[in-house]
Amino acid sequence: MKKIEVLGPGCNNCVRLEANAREAVAMAGVEAEVVKVTDYGQIAAYGVMSTPGLVIDGKVVSYGRIPSAGDIAVWLSE
Amino acid sequence: MTTLSLGRVHRFHPPLKLTAGVSVVAWVVAWFTEAPLSDWLAFSLLGLERGSHFGEAIAFFLLDVPKVLLLLLGIITVVTLIRGFFPPEKVRGALAGRGQVGGTVAAASFGIVTPFCSCSAVPLFIGFVEAGIPLGVTFAFLISSPMVNEVALVLLWGLFGPGIALVYMAAGLTVAIVGGFVIGKLGMERYVEDYVWALQGKGPAMVEVKLTWEDRIRDAWTYTKDLVGHILPYILIGIGLGALIHGYAPTDLVASIGGKSNLLAVPIVVLLAVPMYSNAAGTIPIVQALLGKGLPLGTTLSFMMAVTAISLPELIILRRVIKLPLLAVFVGVVTTGILIIGYLFNFLIA
Repeated sequence: MKKIEVLGPGCNNCVRLEANAREAVAMAGVEAEVVKVTDYGQIAAYGVMSTPGLVIDGKVVSYGRIPSAGDIAVWLSE
Repeated sequence: MTTLSLGRVHRFHPPLKLTAGVSVVAWVVAWFTEAPLSDWLAFSLLGLERGSHFGEAIAFFLLDVPKVLLLLLGIITVVTLIRGFFPPEKVRGALAGRGQVGGTVAAASFGIVTPFCSCSAVPLFIGFVEAGIPLGVTFAFLISSPMVNEVALVLLWGLFGPGIALVYMAAGLTVAIVGGFVIGKLGMERYVEDYVWALQGKGPAMVEVKLTWEDRIRDAWTYTKDLVGHILPYILIGIGLGALIHGYAPTDLVASIGGKSNLLAVPIVVLLAVPMYSNAAGTIPIVQALLGKGLPLGTTLSFMMAVTAISLPELIILRRVIKLPLLAVFVGVVTTGILIIGYLFNFLIA
């Protein structure tokens, strides 16, 4: 069971990233839960300054851009 | 730092080089044929009368809409591509340990190239404070980043010419640098919310995400498409209103109300600008038409700077990390700077 965290206060970009992340879970066929992190303190704790950020199993994999569902699926299968 | 590489799930795309090449050629052709084409469209095909109110208004609209769209699509894609290399996470490293003077100037300059969206203001602020960047330097960046933004600069360059775009950029940088200095000198660290200080030192190492040129070009294009799509209605309304003013307003109307003799004009336009937050796209075409009808340059600059720099949503978001007195000082310093710029240019340009 993988844990995907979408870091962002809830702007359009964060919503789109979350949608891509959910699509990626389906594409990769892995078991994963997608969690939104909106608390600024928690976002800062990951060292992310440009939202949206993406964290897989506690590791920051992307920030300040919206990776495609395909890219996220590859990260999930690694 | 860990390094990740981006894998790619196979999917059909036309070759990127071909798409990019064709787009560039199409852009250049459109840019050079746009003006004569819209002129022909208005006065030959539609048969409008040159010099008539209606004809001039429609011609203004037909000339400006494609011009503004081309500029936005072309230049924002390029700017976004370039600034992909300067994420705030890197800028922060470059700003830390530069000291007050060098840091403030560098922060204001970085504000031009780094992306800024008000939803990123808080993580950005926290990140800067965490890295030990002085408050004045942080604010220089927070003032310059939204004010000297690429949408405003592109529109100014396209509609007013390079002169005014550069004057605007210089004025914006000046307000950011002086504002940063003033806020730094006031020693307002105690007005930063306590939890921000408590976060210090917790940040783990950042991940360096390796992006290919293909990723970068796609990112830039997606971003530009979204942005232009989002501001398109405002641009159309703005140019539409601008066209009406251009065609119908008497030449001396604006000059008689908002001219230099009316000292209140500058503060009034600054107040008017606050609810139009960050909507440079819709306001600049209107302002272009007003400038043509005799609105003084200083008043024009003040208005545009206030539109981009003072935004209510951004203030509400910033309130989560700074207390009211500092927020008030921030607004006060920026407003004072904008007013001084307005009066100065009205006075200098006779």
